[in-house]
Amino acid sequence: MNKRSLIGEFTKGLIEENATFKMAIGLCPTLAVTTSLVNGFWMGVAVVFVLTFSNVFVSILRKVTPDQIRIPVFVILIATPVVIVELVMKAYLPAMYQILGIFVSLIVVNCIVIARAEAFAYKNSLLRSAFDGLGIGAGFMIDLMLIGAVREFLGTGTITVGSVVLPPKPLFEPMSVMLTPPGGFITLGVLMTVLNIVFQRAAAKKAKTVS
Amino acid sequence: MQFISILLAGVLTSNFIFMQYLGLCAFVGISEQFETAIGMSGAVIFVMTFASTVAALFEQFVLVPFGLEYLRTIAYILVIATFVQLVEIFLKKTAPSLYKALGIYLPLITTNCAVLGAAMLNVKNNYGILWGTVNGLAGALGWSLAIVIFAGIRERWKFIDIPEVLKGFPLALISTGLMSLGFLGFSGLFKTLLK
Repeated sequence: MNKRSLIGEFTKGLIEENATFKMAIGLCPTLAVTTSLVNGFWMGVAVVFVLTFSNVFVSILRKVTPDQIRIPVFVILIATPVVIVELVMKAYLPAMYQILGIFVSLIVVNCIVIARAEAFAYKNSLLRSAFDGLGIGAGFMIDLMLIGAVREFLGTGTITVGSVVLPPKPLFEPMSVMLTPPGGFITLGVLMTVLNIVFQRAAAKKAKTVS
Repeated sequence: MQFISILLAGVLTSNFIFMQYLGLCAFVGISEQFETAIGMSGAVIFVMTFASTVAALFEQFVLVPFGLEYLRTIAYILVIATFVQLVEIFLKKTAPSLYKALGIYLPLITTNCAVLGAAMLNVKNNYGILWGTVNGLAGALGWSLAIVIFAGIRERWKFIDIPEVLKGFPLALISTGLMSLGFLGFSGLFKTLLK
């Protein structure tokens, strides 16, 4: 594999190696907390923070970590930023901490974080790993916000960010099932299908211009 | 009575997969074949039940007396990882046939968020050691029920023609959603019975 630039390490996480839609990992928080755009945003922030720091820690210690016990080592290195996020959120955003519930602590066993530690940070330099973590995290955050926005819009008829409500009045009868667990599964399934169609079209177009 | 209510809640009304979104990675990843789904279910029932006990013991006798509750996440994951490792060694020596059946699934469980999730929910609901264990068992049974049903459905996909864009994860998620909709129906069923 040829080396990418640092910017490339960042942008690949947005589309090419997008955690939710391309690799379908880390699904639990993706569905559990995305009942609104704002919830998705804060969960995304927590994951970006954890992913960046866990990648940095793993990368720093990669030369002294024995191969056989690397998974337990990763888990401890990941748990450290998770506990930091938990405590900070509890102190400064208690309401959001209540909503996100145990899913903040569960970032520690999130497949995305472990997968990036194992597949990327364990083999790459500090700076590269930091950018990889930021990129994958940002991609994940966009996914969460997208799913959150769709579910909030269909489920309540409006999207609320702070004191701004758009559109001011629901345009249709809200479908509250979108806010329940079944709505989450179906929303993500349909979004994945739509993106598959988009990517397929894009690939076909590219193939045409090359030939 | 509480035993039945926790058990029913774990299996039906607040099923780990369909209602609480715990353990989805393993659910989607290992449900392609009926046999492997059964194997994974066995491992999950075993580990989740006893990991809940161990975590609850740890909470009561280490974290609370020393005022270390803020380290819960890091402590629990270490306890669970150690426990899984111990179970693996223990089974290898004492029950080789069971070890052979569960073998490859055991290490995977450390990173199954349902196990840590169950332990965390026990603390959140103040279940203590006994009810925590029951809740762990109930959650694991619910998880197993879900993955076994789903694996049965997935096996049938081999014989039908599925559009390219729906193949794999999208269809898996949509069918999980429909099953979840069915389980949502249970939520009213036991309301009068349990209150």
